[in-house]
Amino acid sequence: MGVLALQGAFESHIRVLNTLEIESVEVRNSESLDSVDGLIIPGGESTAISMLLESNQLREPLQKRLSNGMPVFGTCAGMIILSEKILDGREDQTPLGAIDIMVRRNAFGRQIDSFESQLEIEGLNSPFPAIFIRAPIVQSAGESVKILATIEDQIVLCCNETTLVASFHPELSDDVRIHEMFVSMAK
Amino acid sequence: MSDEKKSTSRTTGTINVKRGLAEMLKGGVIMDVVTPEQAKIAEDAGAVAVMALERVPADIRVDGGVARMSDPEMIEGIKATVTIPVMAKARIGHFVEAQILEALGVDYVDESEVLTPADEKHHIDKWAFTVPFVCGATNLGEALRRISEGACMIRSKGEAGTGNVIQAVRHLRTILGDIKRIGQADSAEIFDWAKRLQAPVSLVQEIAETGTLPVPMFCAGGLATPADAALVMQLGAEAVFVGSGIFKSENPEPRAKAIVEATTNFNNPDILAKVSRGLGVPMTGIGMDELDMKLEDRGW
Repeated sequence: MGVLALQGAFESHIRVLNTLEIESVEVRNSESLDSVDGLIIPGGESTAISMLLESNQLREPLQKRLSNGMPVFGTCAGMIILSEKILDGREDQTPLGAIDIMVRRNAFGRQIDSFESQLEIEGLNSPFPAIFIRAPIVQSAGESVKILATIEDQIVLCCNETTLVASFHPELSDDVRIHEMFVSMAK
Repeated sequence: MSDEKKSTSRTTGTINVKRGLAEMLKGGVIMDVVTPEQAKIAEDAGAVAVMALERVPADIRVDGGVARMSDPEMIEGIKATVTIPVMAKARIGHFVEAQILEALGVDYVDESEVLTPADEKHHIDKWAFTVPFVCGATNLGEALRRISEGACMIRSKGEAGTGNVIQAVRHLRTILGDIKRIGQADSAEIFDWAKRLQAPVSLVQEIAETGTLPVPMFCAGGLATPADAALVMQLGAEAVFVGSGIFKSENPEPRAKAIVEATTNFNNPDILAKVSRGLGVPMTGIGMDELDMKLEDRGW
């Protein structure tokens, strides 16, 4: 399993993968991208990660892998980067379009509005401790998208056949169930 | 009752939420900016956050006098310009400046030795705030005292405004070296470590168990080139602050971008060689023996 390691909380994802006894690879260039079967795009600053995708010449190969159906999991900034359209982003920020959703950046406000919440998630039999940090939300989703969790009617976890995206940070909780969900998707 | 819409309860300002933002900044560059235009340049270059302040440390050195929190109007101008997190500095111990910054909605408060301290004994009680705090440290004891007061991110201090990386390296090596040594200490020695570091035993025990600081550890103070950024990242910093080094150089835009790329690719000399080319003249810098004011000595 690859973890995009350009910027952000990639080490936290690697720690979760280690707990699940899944081998992980830090992806910083196209060679390391070639070597993985699935990819996690971590939280971080989506503007910085988007720019580094360009400067590290990863955007095109990544786009190609995604259109060939590589399983991918995006958290927070990762969700923004995998979306179809970004609201309140920078004009030059082009998402990868792996899942048919329109996301709004920093939808809950600034850092003082960041929060934790016990989240009901479809397919899990008890709430998940979700940590939202300057989090985005899914403003609208196409028909191909399956909604897995909402908070006050706003979508915060959803997927399609190969893509799983979360507004929050499962990698910061001591709960591996959403990563397990992705791993079984990727099989 | 039963048809009442279930609303999810939210808890703000928790330790997970506060430390979490620092986690998101890892591997990135936080840049000092004094105007909305500079903030835009920083964001365009790929900064993960900006530090809004009235004068960069190099100018504070030249001007002398008392350095204070920035004008809220200036901070708001920068907040309105960029989409990335905005940090701002409060004086050591000046909890009212911190209250004002929290009311302004800044994303992180830096209780900073770069400004003139307001209290010669006490730092701010940072647990009392919803906004997270970053604090500087020159050694592990100082870092742990700040963490026990509620800091959610530590930056090694370096010597701000000098363009000279030597103190940043010294502080980083001191802090990370002691963390390694504590990892090898037996349970009885932990108490002596706590006494020597003047730090809570519980935090020293936590380091002994985990082998790391309980909060993210960034590096600041005197970084001026892509190579400087990669140096401190290789030494173990998790992200970098660049103050005067960008906007006191001849050509800030390409230098800012190069430092961002160097921080991501800190272990790849080929990329470092590529991004270090043709950046123009870096800030001149000051040797440590030429300094008449050492900012790093502020903090207790």
